[in-house]
Order: sequence, then structure tokens, then C-alpha cells
Amino acid sequence: MTEPLLELRGLRKSFGGLVVTDGVSLDLRQGEIHALIGPNGAGKTTLIHQISGTLAPDAGVILFAGRDFTRLSMAKRARAGLARSFQITSIVPAFSALENAALAVQARSGSSFRFFGRANGETALNDQAMEALAEVGLERRAGVPAATLSHGEKRQLELAIALAMRPRVLLLDEPLAGTGAEEAERLMRILGDLRARFGILLIEHDMPAVFALADRISVLAQGRLIATGTPGEIRANAVVRDAYLGEEA
Amino acid sequence: MNTTLLFVQALNGLQFGILLFLVAAGLTLVFGVMDFINLAHGVQYMLGAYLGAFFAAMTGSFWLGLLLTLPAALGFGLLLEFLVFRHLYERDHLSQVLATFGVILFLNQGVKAVFGTAPMQMPMPDLLSGGVTVMDGLLYPTYRIAILAVGLATAGLLWFLVERTRVGMLVRAGASNAPMVSALGVDIRRLFMLVFGFGAMLAGFAGALAAPILSVEPGMGDNLLILAFVVIVIGGIGSVRGAFIAALLVGLVETLGRGLMPDLMRLFLDPSAARQTGAALASMLVYIVMAAILTFRPAGLFPARR
Amino acid sequence: MRWRDAAVPLAIFAALAVAPFIGFGQGYSLTLLSRGMIFGMAAISLSLLVGGGGLISLGHAAMLGVGAYAVVVLDHARITEAWMVVPIAVLAAAGFATLTGAIAIRTSGVHFIMITLAFGQMAFFTASSLSIYGGDDGYTLYGRTTLFGTRALEGRLFFHFTCLALLIGCWALVQALLNSRFGRVLQAARENETRTRAVGFEPYRYRLVAYAIAGAIGGLAGVLLANGTEFVAPSYLTWQRSGDLLFMVILGGVGGPHGALMGALAFILIEDWLAKLTEHWRLIFGPVLILCVFFLRGGIAGVLRRD
Repeated sequence: MTEPLLELRGLRKSFGGLVVTDGVSLDLRQGEIHALIGPNGAGKTTLIHQISGTLAPDAGVILFAGRDFTRLSMAKRARAGLARSFQITSIVPAFSALENAALAVQARSGSSFRFFGRANGETALNDQAMEALAEVGLERRAGVPAATLSHGEKRQLELAIALAMRPRVLLLDEPLAGTGAEEAERLMRILGDLRARFGILLIEHDMPAVFALADRISVLAQGRLIATGTPGEIRANAVVRDAYLGEEA
Repeated sequence: MNTTLLFVQALNGLQFGILLFLVAAGLTLVFGVMDFINLAHGVQYMLGAYLGAFFAAMTGSFWLGLLLTLPAALGFGLLLEFLVFRHLYERDHLSQVLATFGVILFLNQGVKAVFGTAPMQMPMPDLLSGGVTVMDGLLYPTYRIAILAVGLATAGLLWFLVERTRVGMLVRAGASNAPMVSALGVDIRRLFMLVFGFGAMLAGFAGALAAPILSVEPGMGDNLLILAFVVIVIGGIGSVRGAFIAALLVGLVETLGRGLMPDLMRLFLDPSAARQTGAALASMLVYIVMAAILTFRPAGLFPARR
Repeated sequence: MRWRDAAVPLAIFAALAVAPFIGFGQGYSLTLLSRGMIFGMAAISLSLLVGGGGLISLGHAAMLGVGAYAVVVLDHARITEAWMVVPIAVLAAAGFATLTGAIAIRTSGVHFIMITLAFGQMAFFTASSLSIYGGDDGYTLYGRTTLFGTRALEGRLFFHFTCLALLIGCWALVQALLNSRFGRVLQAARENETRTRAVGFEPYRYRLVAYAIAGAIGGLAGVLLANGTEFVAPSYLTWQRSGDLLFMVILGGVGGPHGALMGALAFILIEDWLAKLTEHWRLIFGPVLILCVFFLRGGIAGVLRRD
């Protein structure tokens, strides 16, 4: 087996007396969708925050392609190839969709301490940004201010921003949240197509989507990882049923 | 510089710090509870001094003057809240800064128009006009000691109000989480008004207290306001305890710095250069201390927000 | 839309260029106009921070002050040649901005406002304590800055057009900055800091550079201010002056640097007009400011755009 793209070893985080991440170890390989599920308050988003660099873990190690990432800033992690989407859509509302994606292209192509020349006129940036928009089916909305996009389109744009970064790992925090059935289906199709090029760590509440998309599933409950396995294994796992899936039934 | 003089400077510093605290306490609560940046808080201090001097002259009594200042300062604060500030709670900080800046321009000019540009004096009460022997051969003005005592008592009262009463509990909760307080069904507007009026009254009280030892003039609140900002930034926005400690710190640094810096510089420089650099350094000292504290604790010493 | 963005500032520049020849050529009018242009430059630099970076500085007068006091210090040492004075003053202001900005930009929101205010006040008190340069009373220059050894800047028209040329230069610079890669990152960080970090930028660096550039332009305006009045005093650095500058930016509207320019010109003209009307003009000006905040949300530029 090749070296995992992303590996967490014994990650711990607590707020005051509350342990929100309790010794989590997991890995993500190239070309797979690894879904992270668990009841509300299980600590999924806190975990994503630690991986992306918003929060620093109290203990444990984060390795990215073998490199120690634990204390790196968010921006450094991003430049090294870690892209994330947010649970609550995070785009630059005053920029057009194209500019949003071009910003991400700009971050990896040359210095941004360039004070002259119109950034909007740089065809190299715009072409690659347009490519990313096209991948999520948003190319016709390129010129529209991001603030005026529909909710589903904003979710697509956020994915396009992540793609424009040309990352190796995608962290997606509930990409389907709040989207309609049709939009969700489109986003799922896009994610399925992207699988081969990245490692994708996916947090999602939509269980049918998770079981349809994921290669592996990890279950988080009260900050602790209680199971990792293929969708079939997870479905059959009694502990998981008790902790989580049982709730739904 | 001998120890006696050092002791006097330290007392002056504490006394200045206490005044600073009375102004900063209202400011930090107003900011903490309402997320509202009020530049006009300093003119409320100035207004307090003017009102005190005016009422004292009218009634011929310092005590009556001080007593009348309290409701008058409260009234002014509530009036300003009604006319200007309440329309700004929902606006961004930039709008708040500008509108309250407009209030400063108006009131600074207003007192000039009403009382003239010449500084006013507030007489010191006979009871407190003497001195007290605080140590061998050192007579310290009774009035300054009274300010210290009254200031400490007010700080104690404030501590009791904030820590031990229901309203204080709401104010503290509001400082760390305003939406939650409003979700509890508290009329947040009423709470705002209350905190606001109370803050204005404290600032006015501080102004009237300081009036007999300062010259009462337009703009006297502006410099104090900025030091009060330094205090609440160092202390942590929204924290009364932080404001208390930071106010004493700033008062001491400011006063001792001005007293000691030129002497300290004389160790390295010739007298005239020492006076120059000493004075320049002393005026920068408070800000350097602030910068140093913020470098290590960007949210201040006792951050109320998490 | 595009042509209009350029049309308004070009019209203003054209008006300023012909003003001396259509009845505003007397000393008083020219002084007033140059004052407007100088504060226009300062307001433009502040608009880079406020409009571009979302950095609400309440200490920008200190940048002008550092520039003006650099002229004083050099004047005292009998250095008056522009090719020495201007670079030194601009670098001094940029240096001051970098030092104070390095601390201030670590914070955000209200903290940033208060810290810039405090640093501005620090500069004010420092200037007041410099007794060799007159302390509180200020310092009268021996003469205006010389240009290649000539006293060209003492010519009223020459000074007017020097101010205008530098104003246009500053406007073009800030406009270019906002449209550049750098400006894009700066604006993205203003709008959504987390997103900007998440694609790989450290907003701190961009903000600090913007702060230094704004400081440099402010310093240049300070050099002109010192030359316009041939006198420099700590009153140039008061925090009220910083408040005035912020008001100019908002009065004009934060839509772009030309908004700040319009705000500055309007401010100077209104101030002059009110001051002639009554000694207590601030009694009117204060409420006007408050009403502007209440009702004129897009600034003058916003009103112009709406029609």
C-alpha cells in the first residue's frame, strides 16, 4: 500500500473540561472518498478545523504526504495542497464567481505582491479559473457576483474554488447541506467524478449519499472514532448501530 | 529623585489611575454589552466637570454641586442615547466611530459657546482642602486622598453590582454573549439604556471629582478618552476587573514615567538632551507598554469574550 | 459603468487644473484648493485601508505628521532639497506605519481602531515634547522645500500644479493597487478572511504592506502640508484630524479612491464656508456629520452612481 495522503495520529483537543477530539487516528489515501459520520456534536467539524489549521490540536500529529503539518498555518497547508469547503458557505460575496476561483488560482501561481497590472485581465488566471468553474458546471455564471448566486450554486462555487487550488486533498464539510434534491444529485455526480484525482475527506449528514459515494467510512461519537470500514462493514457494525444509525431508525 | 518624591508620584499615579478607571469602566461595559464603540464617552467626563463647576458655583457648595452632577450626567447620557446612539447599535463600527465623533465636535464646541473658552474652576471643599501627613515630612493633599478613597469605594460598589446582582449577571452575560441574553427574553434595549446611562454617570462623576484639581476646559475629555481606550484594550474589552488593573497600571506608568524618565535619561545623556528624550519617551511609554502587552496577549489581560 | 468610474475623477482633475484661470487664482482660493488637494491625497491613502482592506484606522493623521515633521527636522539641519526631503519624509512615514502596523494589524475590529488611535496619540505627544522643534507651539520653516536648488515651490501656481500632479499620481497608484493581484487579495481578506486563508494567503502581510503604502502617501501629503503653510505644529497630528480624514473617506463613499477625494474637497469647502459663517461652526458640523452617518450611507459617490 502506498503512503497515505493524509494521516492523523492520536489527535486530541479539549475545550475546558470537554474533550471534543479524543485520540483520533485515521488516514486518507489517494483516489478514495473517506466519509466521516457521526451524530451532531460528535466533533466532526472540530476535527476538520484541526486538519485545515483553524484550530491547533492539544496533542497528536497530522501528516500530509509524510510531512508534519501539525503546527503549520492554514495558508501554508492550503499552499501545500489541502483545500477545504465550509459547512456554512464561505465565498467572497463581492467578487464574481470567476474572481472567486481566480483568487484561488492566483494563490498558487506566482507572487501576489504584484502591485500593477489588472488582475482581472490576466488570462492565465482567468482560463484556469474558468476550467474549475466548468468542472462544477458553473461556467455560464462566471460573471455573476457571488452574492447573487443561488444557495446550490454557491455550494458549487465553493467546490470550484477548492478545485482551482489544484489540491491533493479535499476536505468537504457537508457539501450537500441545504441543497435541493436535484442540486444534491449533481454535486454527488461531480464528487464521484473527482474521486480519482484526489483524496477526499467528506463530512455529510445525507446517509444515502454517504453510503453511495464513500469507499470507506469512519464513525465518530463523542470525539472518539468507534469504527472504520467499507460501507458494507459499517452497515453491519453493531456498535455503530447502537451509537448512531439506530437513532435514525 | 528621592523616595519621598517617588512615593508622591506613585500616589498621584494611583489617583489618576482611579479616575481613569471610572471613565474606562463605563466604556468597557458599553462596548462589552453593546458591541458599541463610543468615542463620545470622554466628553461625558468633560461634561461632568463642567456640570460640577456650574452647580457648585450656583449653589455655592461643592457637595451640592457634586450631588447635582450625578442626575444631570445621567440625564445627558440618556438624552444622547435617545437622540444618537440608539440609532447606531445595528450599524458597523465605522459608523459608530464617525457619529460619536460628531457628538464630540458638537459638545466640545457647545461648552465653549455656553461657558466661554476660558478654563473654569471648581472650588475645593474646606473640609478636604488641607493636607495629610502620610509619612515623615510629607504632606499629601487631603483632596487627592479623598479621590483615591471615593474611587476605590466606587470600584467596590461596581464590583458588587456586576458580580452580585441580577442586572450585573445580565451585563456580564451580555458582555460575553449578547444573543444569548436576548434569547433569555431580557429586553436588551432596556439593558443597553441602563448600562449606557450608568456609564455616562460614572464618567460625569469622575469629571466632577477631578474638576477641583484640574482646569475645566473644552477638550479635557479627549486625552482621557484615549487613555481609557488604552486601558480597556490592555485590560480586555468588556472586563471590569481588567479595566481596574489596567487603569492603575496606566495611571502609574503615565505619572511615574513623566516623573522619572528625564532623571533616568540623565544617566546616559547630558541634561538638556536627557530632558528632551526623557519627555519624549515618557509620553510614548504608555503606548509602548500597550504594544508590548498586545504582542503577547492580543485580546488583553482579561479577555471577557471567548 | 467603467467609463463612469474614470469620468468622475477626470472631471475633478480637469476642474482643479482650470480653477486658477477661471476666477480662483487669488491667494486665498489657491490656498484653499491646495489644502483640499493635500487632504485629498491623505484621504485617498486612507481609503486604500478602509475601502480596500477594511482597516479602519483612527490614527492616519500621524502619517501626515511624520511626513511634516521630517521636513521640520531636515529644515532645522538646513536640508531643503526636494530630492532629499521627499524620499526621507516618505520613508519615515512608511517606516512609522510599518512599525505600528506590525502590532495593530495583529488585532482586528474595535481593537484595531483603538490601537491606531493610541499610536496616533503617541505620535502627537512625541511631537509636543520635541522642544527643539517648538514643542506645542510648532515650528516655522525657514522656507519651502527647494527643487534643484530653485525656489520654484514658492510660486503659487507652481505649487498648485505640483499638488495636482502628485494628487493624480496618488490616485492612479491607489486605483492600480486595488485592481492588481495585491489589491484582489487585500479586498478578498476584507470580505472573507477565512476564505482567503483557506486558499493559501496570509492576510497579515498584505494588510501590513497596504498600511505601509498608505503611510507613505500620507507622509507625502504631510510634506506638501508643511510646505503649503510653511509651519508645522503638533495640532497636525491630533486624533480629531484623524477623525476628519475618516469622515472625508466616508463622506465621499468608500466605492473607490475618487470618492475619498470628493469627500476631502467637500469637507474642506464646507469647513471653510461654515467657519466664515460663525465662530461656533463645529456646532453645525458635528450634527451634519451625524446626519451623514444616519442618512448618506453610500457617500457622495453613492449618490452620483444612483442617478
